[in-house]
Amino acid sequence: MSSIAMPTSRATISAKDHRDSLRPLALAAPLLLLLLFSFGAPIVALLSRAVYEPTIANALPNTVAALRLDNAAGVPAEPVFVALAADLKQAQAAGGIYEFAKTLNARLPGARSQMLRVARLAGQDPKPTKEAMIKAAPLLGEEQSWTAIRTGTNRFTSFFLLSAFDLRWTDQGTIGAVSADQAVFTRVFGRTFLIATLVTLATLALAFPLAYVMTNVRPVIAGIVLVLVLLPFWTSILVRTAAWTVILQKYGLLNDLLLWLGMTSDRLELMYSRTGLIIAMTHIQLPFTLLPIYSVMRSVQPSQLRAAQSLGGRPFTVFRRVYLPQVMPGVLAGCLLTFILCLGYYITPVLIGGASDQLISNFIANYVNVELNWEMAAALSFVLLASTLGLYVVMTRYLGLDLFKMG
Amino acid sequence: MVSTGQSSSLREVSAADASPTTGQPGTTGPAMTSRPVSGPAGQGDAKFVEFIDVEKMYGHFHAVRRLNLSIGRGEFVTFLGPSGSGKTTTLNMLAGFERPSQGVITLDGKSVDRLPPYERNIGMVFQNYALFPHMSVADNVAFPLSVRKVPKAEIGPRVTRALEMVRLERFKDRKPAQMSGGQQQRVALARALVFQPTLVLMDEPLGALDKKLREHMQIELKQIHEMLGVTIVYVTHDQSEALTMSDRVAIFENGAIVQIGTPDGLYNEPATAFVASFIGENNALDGIVERVDGNQCMVALPTGLTATAMAVGNLRPGAAVQLAIRPERIAGAGEHPDNRFKATVDGRIYHGDHQRLLARLPSGQVLTVKIGPDATMATGEAIDLCWRTADCRAFPAGGVPDGNTANTGSVT
Repeated sequence: MSSIAMPTSRATISAKDHRDSLRPLALAAPLLLLLLFSFGAPIVALLSRAVYEPTIANALPNTVAALRLDNAAGVPAEPVFVALAADLKQAQAAGGIYEFAKTLNARLPGARSQMLRVARLAGQDPKPTKEAMIKAAPLLGEEQSWTAIRTGTNRFTSFFLLSAFDLRWTDQGTIGAVSADQAVFTRVFGRTFLIATLVTLATLALAFPLAYVMTNVRPVIAGIVLVLVLLPFWTSILVRTAAWTVILQKYGLLNDLLLWLGMTSDRLELMYSRTGLIIAMTHIQLPFTLLPIYSVMRSVQPSQLRAAQSLGGRPFTVFRRVYLPQVMPGVLAGCLLTFILCLGYYITPVLIGGASDQLISNFIANYVNVELNWEMAAALSFVLLASTLGLYVVMTRYLGLDLFKMG
Repeated sequence: MVSTGQSSSLREVSAADASPTTGQPGTTGPAMTSRPVSGPAGQGDAKFVEFIDVEKMYGHFHAVRRLNLSIGRGEFVTFLGPSGSGKTTTLNMLAGFERPSQGVITLDGKSVDRLPPYERNIGMVFQNYALFPHMSVADNVAFPLSVRKVPKAEIGPRVTRALEMVRLERFKDRKPAQMSGGQQQRVALARALVFQPTLVLMDEPLGALDKKLREHMQIELKQIHEMLGVTIVYVTHDQSEALTMSDRVAIFENGAIVQIGTPDGLYNEPATAFVASFIGENNALDGIVERVDGNQCMVALPTGLTATAMAVGNLRPGAAVQLAIRPERIAGAGEHPDNRFKATVDGRIYHGDHQRLLARLPSGQVLTVKIGPDATMATGEAIDLCWRTADCRAFPAGGVPDGNTANTGSVT
């Protein structure tokens, strides 16, 4: 009806409409601002470090200019060394030398101490020769060091993102694999996705039948079961993980029980093992998988299943053709939620997982807290975020899941 | 209106392929094509569905008590009663969703005790339609065919014919949520009929529709019933719906059938005060039996009035009774000499085609009287009322009738 009136009055109405549509936005403004400053901006700032690394370029302005004149590949001529000495002397005086040396070290292992030595040399000797500098820092006499310095002077870099996939720029200017002893991240990503998949499947195997039972018992009992499922949900994840430590350890409750039941003859190593990690993560994630499934199952009318049976559908046919298609959105939503949350697990692998069960978050935390290599942390975070978003897009686009429509 | 061409094409199909889909060769074909309205019917036809001493208990709750009922092939039988009277439980036992605690239910002479719902070949229509929301209308209707492994080439035309029958063939690609309640219920009906079941159960199918649509659907259901000759068991708590559509109506009260009979039989000769008040409108007058004279009795009303009425059941002088008289059976003075009363007009309600007069007897009891649309009577006016003894029935007051005796049929 209103569509008929629209064309004539659109111009007069649109200004008012515009104001009206802004009003709800104003109500949400405090939250949006909070999100922007506490969530959006830091994430962008941190993730940008994965590709934007100006430290080397900032520290070596003269060297950058001299390298541009030098033009030749390999170890450059005297003027570049002069410029480098000046830059390092400057950096030494300004106090930026340590950060520069650390940043270069990430690309050129061993460069840190040698650069500091050259800087000290430049401080004592106003005009150090090329030989003297190479003597102080043998790396400067090698061709690959200068390749690293040249790429390092680019403010925008793909170095860290490539590293996240265990790739690097080779000296020939192509992308190749890093040496086997440095290749670590693809294995960690693979392990993270594997454990997330296993935990998701385990929660689904537990949650689906439980949700079905909950929809088919009296509301009082369903409520009690729901509280029991949610009770751990309301407990701190740290406390729950600590509780699992008590249960899973070698002389813990689970091993006592298994021995008493005679199911094992020896005490199992559940702590600091993948089995223990998956058990603990499954427990923590169960409500996340269960609740979307339960909510969708409750919305399926029992009369539909009766109708399907009276129309000749055998129980399995009814389940496959009438029930499952209707609860599938909840199953997908629950699994997606658990899978994504599993990708970011940190404290549980630290406390329960073994050394070979550390997930990508543990590496990110390590880079942030211990190595202080924020660029690498940013690159790994970026890959994690991108794969999560990619997964979400695939689920919504190709499996017809709409999280915004979930009740 | 459904054209005869459509109906005959449906019949041809039913006769042709009823046996492979129903699994009851020989018996289903004729049932779909001809409907034994009257005349001699075989034993299997008169007792197509039979409940024998069926009971259902939920813990200590007696949902259905000693139910005995036979339904003939092609009959339209309605279970009528207030909610909680056991009618839906009875229907669910017939459908196979509930198992009787005791007794036997037979379908076409065979006990269905061990038969799960999906092997009973019974179509069912639910109050909330129970369409599958993730399937299109055509897929919904095709469901019973595809689970029966009907060849794909055959499914399409049969779905189209079923949708034509309910005049929804244009909507075959829609999802149920895009349709109105009435349309959805017609889809559900097409789905319950497309596999040519011998028996269709309907659990308050029109309960969710508004009045006008409900009345329209009643006519449509009745036409489909006559066209296909299928046996229908219909559950409702709406007495006018039951009277309009059914061949026979079974009145349920507290888990038992208190009376079963044709609509006019129930209306004119209710067996209990409950049936009299549940079917149609009724004036109830409490009194004490003064004298019993054959099948008639004289009843003393408060403040010295007396009335004669047909005695229902075994009444003795001194027994408390309830008189039941329909509003349309009360006439003005002089028409019937049997029972005459003076009354004053308490009010008059206009209904368009008729009016309802509230008449207060000297005893203080108020009667509703149906009068013509043009009558003009002022409140407070003194009038005379009378009715025939044959139109007034005296029931034992307050007694809940025993299901056993009332079950045997209408009382005449």
